[in-house]
Amino acid sequence: MKRFRAFVVKEFRHMLRDPRTMLILFAIPVIQLLLFGYVISTEIKNAHIAILDNSNDEITQKITNKLLASDYFILDSRLSSIKEVEPAFKKGIIKEVIVFEEGFGRKLLQENKASMQILTDASDPNLANLLDIYTRSIVSAYQQELSKSTLKSGLINVEFRMFYNEELKSAFLFVPGTMALILMLISALMTSVSIAREKELGTMEVLLVSPLRPIQIILGKVVPYMTLAFVDMMAIILIGHFVFGVPIRGSSFLLIGTGTLFIMLALTLGILISTVSKTQQVAMLISMVGLMLPTILLSGFIFPIENMPKVLQAFSFVLPPRWFLNTIKDIMLKGAGFFDIWPNLLVMVGMLIFFITLSVKKFKIRLE
Amino acid sequence: MYGEVRALDNVSFEISEGELFGFIGPDGAGKSSLFRILTSLLLATSGKATLCGFDTEKDFKNIRNITGYMPGRFSLYSDLSVEENLEFFATVFGTSIKENYDLIHDVYCQIEPFKTRLAGKLSGGMKQKLALSCALIHKPRVLILDEPTTGVDAVSRKEFWELLKGLKSKGITIIVSTPYMDEAQLCDRVALIQHGKILAIDKPSEITKSYERQLFGISSENIHKLLVDLRVYPGVLHAYAFGQTIHYTGKDTTENLDNLWSYLKECGHARLEINPIEPGIEDVFIDLMQNEKLSVEQ
Repeated sequence: MKRFRAFVVKEFRHMLRDPRTMLILFAIPVIQLLLFGYVISTEIKNAHIAILDNSNDEITQKITNKLLASDYFILDSRLSSIKEVEPAFKKGIIKEVIVFEEGFGRKLLQENKASMQILTDASDPNLANLLDIYTRSIVSAYQQELSKSTLKSGLINVEFRMFYNEELKSAFLFVPGTMALILMLISALMTSVSIAREKELGTMEVLLVSPLRPIQIILGKVVPYMTLAFVDMMAIILIGHFVFGVPIRGSSFLLIGTGTLFIMLALTLGILISTVSKTQQVAMLISMVGLMLPTILLSGFIFPIENMPKVLQAFSFVLPPRWFLNTIKDIMLKGAGFFDIWPNLLVMVGMLIFFITLSVKKFKIRLE
Repeated sequence: MYGEVRALDNVSFEISEGELFGFIGPDGAGKSSLFRILTSLLLATSGKATLCGFDTEKDFKNIRNITGYMPGRFSLYSDLSVEENLEFFATVFGTSIKENYDLIHDVYCQIEPFKTRLAGKLSGGMKQKLALSCALIHKPRVLILDEPTTGVDAVSRKEFWELLKGLKSKGITIIVSTPYMDEAQLCDRVALIQHGKILAIDKPSEITKSYERQLFGISSENIHKLLVDLRVYPGVLHAYAFGQTIHYTGKDTTENLDNLWSYLKECGHARLEINPIEPGIEDVFIDLMQNEKLSVEQ
């Protein structure tokens, strides 16, 4: 135990004394998160919209005025038929079309129920999402106003359809995505590089000749990075929640538990990489190409898995970040509980056991 | 084995307890590979090695407890201080600096004033002393040092060997390798190693005695021309520069020196001197290497 503690202390010293490591560990996660956050949540101003008003009564007029009174929208054109919607989008200027059904005002006042449609150009998914949110909030504000003045609880049924990218599911993807990316970066990349450094600088030779057992060396490497990855995870969750307003609808314990499981998984991947790479550069390259790129591109972080070719979809099943992303999205956004996500957790535990067994077996007690 | 290259070939030797044993040979002779086999870091493709009765393959765990190993290149943590390095290795081997301080005292006291300095910022000689301290901290029975004096200045080298002598007197078996022939004299016994083969193994004095022919030191005003002329002399066996003289050995042990003298005079050498000298380890080494080469060619 004393040996193990000495090893962990040594690891912490390496980390704290290397400015580059500190930068990767603490500056990059925050910068990355803020960057992703602000790129996605930039305020929308003056988006061009078109309106197809099949009713043209007092209420639709009022809603239209409310929409245009906000700084968000500029009326580009009024359409007269649903057939004009597609060509209008294709010109590329109009980002949103609002459709009021026939007899909107009358239905709302008499039947307490009226429908409108929001159509968005989701070739820019995040913009589409924001436009939708803004429009809805203005409509619902009007609805409240109306029910106060008329003492009637009219319900405006807002139908929503995204064009070109119907599968887009959430605007809050970036926080879970960044979390996956950063935990992968710290856990896998940093561990693999730090073990490879011992090999490259020849200190592994001395460690091997010592009575330290492989498992002690591995755990000694893992524990410090695990601690830091945990700190980073908490920071990302807090920033995501309080700065960007990403909801945490499910249990926080479940969220943190899932995160910890993913950290361990990423760490074992890092160890596995280090057992096959002799130098820091090789370790870095394998981590980057083998782990970071798939995390960014194939886990559903940026590109929806559903839109990928079948081959890549199948491939994404073996990627730990995919399962992680899926799970925490469910917990944070949908409020899923343990019984909803346990199959995902089971898959991750299975992967963890597999990679641990593999890396302990591959860890060499001798030089090659 | 490095790929297809055989680093060691049919090596067999025995080292007694408490001995200061040196492996002498040029770079690439196979010294490091040999040491890695002894420390259980590499497996020999064939054959068997035991250290203090422990088999390097089966009992590698025992071996790793009783050996102190100092690899050929500096293998401590540059970003840890002198004291932190030592402390780390002490703990890893289940001991403490305090417990074995008397053993490392002679070595460590020389670098103790710099104990808060990062190991990467030490001079070459101090680095080696720190590495030696770290290899010693757990009171090993066998100390295996791979070229500890390579890249170290002459004064530090001398100091380092003094330290080794001190350790030997405490009963630690020391196996050391070096490319410097002059250090051979400081060992109890040496093995001359070249191309993975042991050419000779004996006490340094016995090894120099094994030189069968008479060796001459020849000097003149123009050393370079002298070497060229000697190499084409019909009776020459070896002729090579050694500092400011040429070491010369003839094929015939009973050779008449007058012939050589007049040959060199004819070549126009001024201030010519020819003196019989005692061979050193290097002379033996060169002789053995030549023989080896000849036998390979045949």
